Amino acid sequence: MSVFDQQSTRKPPISQIGAVLWLRTNLFSSWINSALTLASLYLLYIMIPPLLDWMIFNASFSFGTVNLFGFDIKFSEAMATNQNCGREGACWPYIYEKLYMYTYGFYPRTETWRPNIVFGLTALLFVIVPLVKHYKHKNRVTLSLIILYPLVSYVLIAGGFGILMPVSTDQWGGLLLTLIIASVGIIVSFPIGVLLALGRQSNLKVIKLFSTLFIEFIRAVPLITILFMASFVLPLFLESGNYFDKLLRALIGIALFQAAYFAEVVRGGLQAIPRGQYEAADAIGLSYFQKNVLIILPQALKISIPNIVGSSISLFKDTTLVLIIGLFDMLAMVNLTSNDPYWLGRETEGFVFVTIVMWAILYSMSRYSRKLELRFNTENTN
Amino acid sequence: MKKLILDSLGKSKHRGSNFRDLLYNNEARAFFFQVITFVLVVGLFYTAIGNLFDNIEARGIQTGFSFLNNRAGFDILPFLGNIVVDYTPESSNLTVFYVGLVNTLVVAFIGIILSTLIGLLIGIARLSNNYLIAKLAGGYIELFRNIPILLQILFWYNLFINIFPHPKQSLAFFDIAFLNQRGLYLPKPIPEDGFLFVALAFVIGIIAAYFIKKFFKKKQDLTGAHTSTWPYTLGLVIGFPVIIYFLIGSPLQFDYAVLGKFNLRGGMAVVPEFLALTFALSVYTATYIAEAIRSGIEAVDKGQKEAAAAIGLSPIQSLKLIVLPQALRVAIPPTINQYLNLTKNSSLATVIGYPELMSTFGGTVLNQVGQAVEILAMAMLVYLVISLFISLLLNYVNKKMEIQGR
Repeated sequence: MSVFDQQSTRKPPISQIGAVLWLRTNLFSSWINSALTLASLYLLYIMIPPLLDWMIFNASFSFGTVNLFGFDIKFSEAMATNQNCGREGACWPYIYEKLYMYTYGFYPRTETWRPNIVFGLTALLFVIVPLVKHYKHKNRVTLSLIILYPLVSYVLIAGGFGILMPVSTDQWGGLLLTLIIASVGIIVSFPIGVLLALGRQSNLKVIKLFSTLFIEFIRAVPLITILFMASFVLPLFLESGNYFDKLLRALIGIALFQAAYFAEVVRGGLQAIPRGQYEAADAIGLSYFQKNVLIILPQALKISIPNIVGSSISLFKDTTLVLIIGLFDMLAMVNLTSNDPYWLGRETEGFVFVTIVMWAILYSMSRYSRKLELRFNTENTN
Repeated sequence: MKKLILDSLGKSKHRGSNFRDLLYNNEARAFFFQVITFVLVVGLFYTAIGNLFDNIEARGIQTGFSFLNNRAGFDILPFLGNIVVDYTPESSNLTVFYVGLVNTLVVAFIGIILSTLIGLLIGIARLSNNYLIAKLAGGYIELFRNIPILLQILFWYNLFINIFPHPKQSLAFFDIAFLNQRGLYLPKPIPEDGFLFVALAFVIGIIAAYFIKKFFKKKQDLTGAHTSTWPYTLGLVIGFPVIIYFLIGSPLQFDYAVLGKFNLRGGMAVVPEFLALTFALSVYTATYIAEAIRSGIEAVDKGQKEAAAAIGLSPIQSLKLIVLPQALRVAIPPTINQYLNLTKNSSLATVIGYPELMSTFGGTVLNQVGQAVEILAMAMLVYLVISLFISLLLNYVNKKMEIQGR
């Protein structure tokens, strides 16, 4: 009598499971791929270790004693100076010392709470509001924030009105100024951009001509020529005696520049709306104003939201250009602070620090725009 | 228009209320709004220009373009612009304009070539089935796209002048090229008498290659027989000029840079400002081009590749004849737009002092002369013309690539 012994199943070959399989299919599938993998590993090897050495292992973190939220954290006995920092690694105490300049510029040190509230408001408006999804009166809360935010921020930062100490615009600087220019640029240029887009799509020949000329002219020239125009020529266009703040001039230039780009983005949205929507609005007897505000724009703006965020990202990058006309934004602080005789020759640290901050902001903005794109893509698949 | 208003008045006679009808007449309204816009815009311009002349007179600024003939009187960082235009401090302001223009075009030209090469490489690497390569390409794009270009220019410039060695310890590549803080020293080509013939041979080669390609294409259309044209092209464009070059007796000499006691002598110096600017612009613009290339390749339907394989095309033929032509249709228009952006961004060189249009003419000359209106108008006109040229190119390419309907 033969008994059938069931044999245990053999394990799959080692090359067909787990990490080995993954390596074989993704990194070493052919000899070309293997060579490429080795080449990129070598590239990483010659780039990453020196970078880490400079930024962390050879760098100085001797901040002295740092007071963080009421706790004293002791990094070292005393703060490092430029001399005992060494040149083979980064000197982060320099950044720590100049952090105030990078964040607030020349803002009076006693009034720091005011920009801090504005930073908090900005975070609330741009981070928390889009993330928190459902609650009562969401639209109303968002709308009132969008209207209140510029007013409250202006009062807080500029001061005056007999309540707060006035702070003139040449004391604004650093990240604060970068954020101000970016938000004012976006908020002011957006309505102008929508009007220009409607103007370019209009049947009225004169309005169409002017809108098209404006948009095409602005888009053809670099921002720096517009900023020069705003800073050198704009005062000449006004009646003599009208003094114009330097920051305000830059803001006018940036807002007009950005309006042209927003206009093109919104026009893309307008063109994507089927003709039937326009015709239906006409058929039920809506006026031009009603047709656009109630029917066309809500749909067109919704389609163009990802591109609007994309265009805002470009604007945020472009704010750095104001240093050319002598405003001290975050990037301008690098040269300014490393001219300090006590911290000579630390530009590289400054550039790396600004790069990290700017990159973090811009990268999160671009992730956000991609998320929006995906969300609106699924909703429009009917 | 007068007829239109009369018409609408005439039509409404039997209804009684003339003004009301005019108010609600679409065409009359349109006319009215356009007149208002026109008056507002022209009025704004009129006031602005009026104020401008008042202010200019009050401040004693000169007007007109006579400043272009005045002596410039300042040094410009020696680069191609100075050599092409032959600039000295005794030259006129107009010469400065030409120097800046040449330098802008040089940086735009080199930047466009480099960014296209890097962009192609990264865009294809992004779609590689090699995990590491794809992730590295993705990381490259995310890193450099999200850093403002001005910051990148400043960063590379600062790095280049800090890490490159002193002229005394120049890095030498086989005594041909030297790299130090003052830039990259390359051999300077000195064409001699017969070199014109070599250049001529090159041009003739290109034209002949074009016609040979056309001939074989026609043959293929008629008979279906395919002939590879690349050997002919290679022979005509490269081989023919090389043969002429040696027949005439090598009419091109090189002036090599020589390491002296303190400095390098001779050769052709590529200033670090140019290196940093071109590097930053190419690296930054390449991220956008890479994304354009990737989306172009991804836009080609998978069925196209499968159909190509089904009718027996080899992978290379499929790529060359089926995938690439369709991918390029999507990828080329955004790429050309990026060329325009690169050219516009080259104006940021003013922060590191590379002598292009906005730093020489729009910078130093503007500060010396103070005629901002004329100078900025001229600079803007240059960018307008470049942008117009690129839009024309874009239209041409779009038309050429249009899907041919039947």
